[in-house]
Amino acid sequence: MSELRGVIVSHAAVAQALVSAVTAITGIEGVLTPVSNDGCGTEALGQRLREAVGTGPAVLFVDLPGGSCFTSSARYAKQGGADIAVVTGVNLAMLLDFVFHRDIQPADAARRAVDAGAKAIRVTSS
Amino acid sequence: MTLALYRIDDRLIHGQVVVGWGQPLDVAFIVLVDDEVSSSDWEQDLYRMGVPAQIEVIFASVEQAASLLPAWEADPRVGFLLVGDIDTAVALAARVPQLKRFNVGGVHHRTGRKERLRFVYLTDDEAAKLRQLAARGVDVTAQDVPTARAVPVTEFT
Repeated sequence: MSELRGVIVSHAAVAQALVSAVTAITGIEGVLTPVSNDGCGTEALGQRLREAVGTGPAVLFVDLPGGSCFTSSARYAKQGGADIAVVTGVNLAMLLDFVFHRDIQPADAARRAVDAGAKAIRVTSS
Repeated sequence: MTLALYRIDDRLIHGQVVVGWGQPLDVAFIVLVDDEVSSSDWEQDLYRMGVPAQIEVIFASVEQAASLLPAWEADPRVGFLLVGDIDTAVALAARVPQLKRFNVGGVHHRTGRKERLRFVYLTDDEAAKLRQLAARGVDVTAQDVPTARAVPVTEFT
């Protein structure tokens, strides 16, 4: 398994809840790190991202395609180059797929996550 | 003044602005006043991504905003004006004497700042600048979302 990590960046406690859910379902720990924007300006959130990502390649899973979580993540990814990819609209399905498929490049993992997440969104009643 | 919100928020365009304030007030355009963002296409693309397509986003430097403010005020649509820090608010107010209110929506922790409210951290110098704005007739209050109480500047500086 590669060192590719996932960092979930969200408002309030969404990120922590998603990490807990992935661990409860798969038993896999230590792959996903939650980051909340609670009480953060741009500078503080950037620092939380740096601490969460560390030195290795990572995919940043952001809750919304805009707002402070997204803008901070996109800035961080721009600095990190090919080692960092950003996915918006995080959901549990894409994270469950991600933790089992990390032996690829961040950009490929991001595309795979988007596919897995989108497939889980469907209408099941009329 | 017909702009519905003049806001100081170091996150600039984000959920509280677009959804928290934008939905109940039916905002149609957002003016982001920031010298750095106004000169960066990449930063502007980032901020546009957080805004639904039906809401126009306008980027301006302080100088541009000072000259364009009368046109934004005359716009029949609902608009917001955002700045990212207190110095920008002070600079804009100095150029536009008719600017009479500012909402402090989010100024977060940084070295040298002290907590004044859950969402407002200020250095003593920043607090003094807000009081000076108020002394010049600008109504300065702190309020993160519309459902919260607007806290007068005297209560948090």
